[in-house]
Amino acid sequence: MIRALAVLLLAMLSLPAAGQDALPPAPYAYTQLEDPALEAKATALMHTLRCLKCQSQSIADSDAPMAGDMRHQVRSRILAGEEPEAVRAWLIERYGDYVSYSPEVSQTTWPLFVVPALLALGALLVLVRRLGRSRADETAAEGDAA
Amino acid sequence: MIAEIGLAALWLAAALAVLQMLAGAAALRSIDGSVHPLAVYARPAAIVQAVLAVLAFIMLLRAFAITDLSIKLVATNSHSMKPFIYKITGTWGNHEGSMLLWVGVLALAGGLLAGFEKRLPDRTMGATLAVQGFIAIGFYAFLLLSSNPFERLPVPAAEGIGLNPLLQDIGLAIHPPTLYAGYVGLSVAFSLAMGALLTREVNPNFARAMRPWVLGAWVLLTLGITAGSYWAYYELGWGGWWFWDPVENASLMPWLAATALMHSVSVLAARDALRTWTIMLGVLAFSMSMLGTFLVRSGVLTSVHAFAVDPERGAFILALLLIYIGGAFTIFALRASAVAEGKRFAAMSREGALVFNNVMLSAILAIVLLGTLYPLLAEAFDARVSVGPPYFNPASAIFAIPMFLVMAVGPLLRWKEDKPARVLFEMLAIATVLIAVLVAVAITGDYPLLPVLGLGLAAALALAAFLPLRGRKLARVPVAVWGMVLAHFGVAVSLLGMASEGAFTEERLAAVAPGDTVKVGDWVITLQGVAPVAGPNWTAIEARVAARQGDGAAVMLAPQARNFWSPAQATSESALLTRWDGQLYAVIGTQTPDGRWQLRVWWKPFVTFIWYGGLLIALGGVLAIIGRVQVDVKRRKAAELGEDRRAGLADLVPEPAE
Amino acid sequence: MNASGTPSRLRWWMWLPLALFAFFAGLAGYMLTQEKEQFVKSTMVGKPLPAFALPPAFEGRPGAANTDFQGGKPRLLNIWASWCLPCIAEAPQLEALKAQGVEIIGIAIRDRPEDVARFLERHGNPYTRIGADEISAVQLELGSSGVPETFVIGADGTIRYQHIGDIRPEHVALLKAELEKAQ
Repeated sequence: MIRALAVLLLAMLSLPAAGQDALPPAPYAYTQLEDPALEAKATALMHTLRCLKCQSQSIADSDAPMAGDMRHQVRSRILAGEEPEAVRAWLIERYGDYVSYSPEVSQTTWPLFVVPALLALGALLVLVRRLGRSRADETAAEGDAA
Repeated sequence: MIAEIGLAALWLAAALAVLQMLAGAAALRSIDGSVHPLAVYARPAAIVQAVLAVLAFIMLLRAFAITDLSIKLVATNSHSMKPFIYKITGTWGNHEGSMLLWVGVLALAGGLLAGFEKRLPDRTMGATLAVQGFIAIGFYAFLLLSSNPFERLPVPAAEGIGLNPLLQDIGLAIHPPTLYAGYVGLSVAFSLAMGALLTREVNPNFARAMRPWVLGAWVLLTLGITAGSYWAYYELGWGGWWFWDPVENASLMPWLAATALMHSVSVLAARDALRTWTIMLGVLAFSMSMLGTFLVRSGVLTSVHAFAVDPERGAFILALLLIYIGGAFTIFALRASAVAEGKRFAAMSREGALVFNNVMLSAILAIVLLGTLYPLLAEAFDARVSVGPPYFNPASAIFAIPMFLVMAVGPLLRWKEDKPARVLFEMLAIATVLIAVLVAVAITGDYPLLPVLGLGLAAALALAAFLPLRGRKLARVPVAVWGMVLAHFGVAVSLLGMASEGAFTEERLAAVAPGDTVKVGDWVITLQGVAPVAGPNWTAIEARVAARQGDGAAVMLAPQARNFWSPAQATSESALLTRWDGQLYAVIGTQTPDGRWQLRVWWKPFVTFIWYGGLLIALGGVLAIIGRVQVDVKRRKAAELGEDRRAGLADLVPEPAE
Repeated sequence: MNASGTPSRLRWWMWLPLALFAFFAGLAGYMLTQEKEQFVKSTMVGKPLPAFALPPAFEGRPGAANTDFQGGKPRLLNIWASWCLPCIAEAPQLEALKAQGVEIIGIAIRDRPEDVARFLERHGNPYTRIGADEISAVQLELGSSGVPETFVIGADGTIRYQHIGDIRPEHVALLKAELEKAQ
């Protein structure tokens, strides 16, 4: 499962950038908000935003400088009173759906939401047919045996 | 020399797989009585093939153990200064080596099947071995033609490049072998299902033969996934134990299919029902394994865990999938309607509950498959989307919640037909516990919905797991039933861990100087100092952190930020402190310009239950295997005794005139 | 033998797994032939430049703001850093563009003044202005996900084109063409 995580770090270090900066992390990259409720909102949001320099990690889990800068943006905006969904929308406006791990219903993602509904319907049909029919046959068989 | 022996062994094994396939197919052509002369070679071919494949793997192990730098794989993945244990485990820490492990397990499973399975009719066994051999050929071809682990370097390397530091861990010793043993072991279930389908032998006898193989593979797969989850949790440095990453899903999908299969085969064995389901699930489980192998190694999906990203190899595996999965599904579509209807049962019955849960498990499998493949589909239309936990969690919960509820009540129901009134007391008890816990948690705080539901369901399931024992003499309960109780209890324990971690985890991030304290949960964490340390192939800065709970004594933790030099890589070594009610997880980061250190600490209540639960589930499976084997042995002994008695009796009593 | 059930009704759903698998195999096969998209593109192309005002990155040039892109002619916005290796590779191409009369405004990401000065001394300074983006705030506003990247900004201040990665010699003509288009 954990194979060649070097790819992760290589991705962090490589294209298009191939070095590391010397500046410290952004203020809110590694500092939590004072208000626990706001911090909880921010953390919940950060776990669902993608680190763009990593292979597949949320910005909450990544030590890449850009992930830190994104965390700073998230925390600053939530501190300023923005709703988490507004912050998410702000990022999606700039990077597209790719940056959010939570797909929104749209032209490109509608199957993700339609299919579970169809599955539920399908499951219901299968169960009704399999279990319903059996009961009917059961009573029919009993009727024959009587 | 080692490499050449290994390679030769692989080629021979491949040849034997061809023989196995032809011999098995020949057995199919036997028509009552006369056995095709070739058919007798199927079993020996499978057994010798297993020996050769394992030999090839041992040769590669040896090459890594002595760091034979003339072999390309060793030179690119190992280092002479690596600790010995990691030299060994590094054998499968790369594409070719892990593929050899894959093929080795496939051959070994086939060999064990050929050596020990005597209960099936010859034609079915022949068909089964033929299918197993057929699959093996494809993967030998993949190994030998495109991923040769024994390739030599024209000039031996002076030193190896080294193994990824994240893999230099005991987790690599446990996770891949158990995982592969599990999901490649499902190939036996696949072959058996195909064999039964081809020879129209879908019946309880067949199910009884198939069951231990499914259970065995399932237990190993459960262990493999549990080990992988825990390894990721402590190794990656941010305390995540599941991310619905494509590679993780690639191991979960076979597990879901195997769980459904395991229950289905039990019903077929006990009640001669769910015939078509069992065959379909048998085919589906290993198909998911092969699909996972494709997803992980082809590079079509982005993943934190992806390795050997190679579209050409991906194309090879896809071709194999087309042949095997495509072929199996085609034969299923053509033959399945010829499988006779099994015995009837009412909706309110144990079979009914198992059908319900099979449908739920299949729906969850479909959702995981959809979510995993969706980014690929979107990319085909030039859109880029990410599908992660915010989708998978609620979508699978839609089906998981009803499944857990039925799982609580199902084992209490009678076979064939039951009345709700009979289990009313138990249902009320379960419902009471569920509602009580939900209300209690909802009152004490503002927690997210799914973890709260998880807590309630976990409590209800924990009670429900033991209810089947109610009113029975514990000493006389069959071992297999204890297995079921333990496994279901393990699910409850694991669910409790997951929900608890989701709802109650606390995190503290702070820049601290030596002497500063940080509070998390009811722990007081003090940074005492930071000092450089060195290891066999790394240097690190190590923080000495004192953790004190209430009035208790301080416990020292030593998280590190490590730098390996070959290959050059930085890792974060977390420090864990485990108590009965949770785990403290500490990570040291970089130094701020003013000399303070980034310390990140979590208190995760009951998080260890996630993996304890996994172990319990596997243990339950082991008990089930033991229980079935016991029953089998007893039945065989009784049958033999009956035979002897009848033979003795026949000597005394003259044959009646027909 | 099949019971009095309905063989024909049963049969269609038994083909479902194969059909689904065939769809997947087709998709996977097709995607295997496609180049994997390495970079994350900005979705701000076509939208107006977001408002920003950055302090100077070093003494030799004024800072950068979105108003600097208003009016006159299309300009290039170059996102770079002194610690970025491909930026060294694209320095000659930026000089070439400057020689052709293109105005290039730079934003230095996470850089110290002394490092910026040293880089420009060593590799040339094609910028009329350089803003210091110490916490990647403007980089995020633009939908840029790494360095180096170059944006073509129209005379009206809208983002017209994004070039990800260093500017190779063959891209110089391409960028010139995009600048023409943005007139």
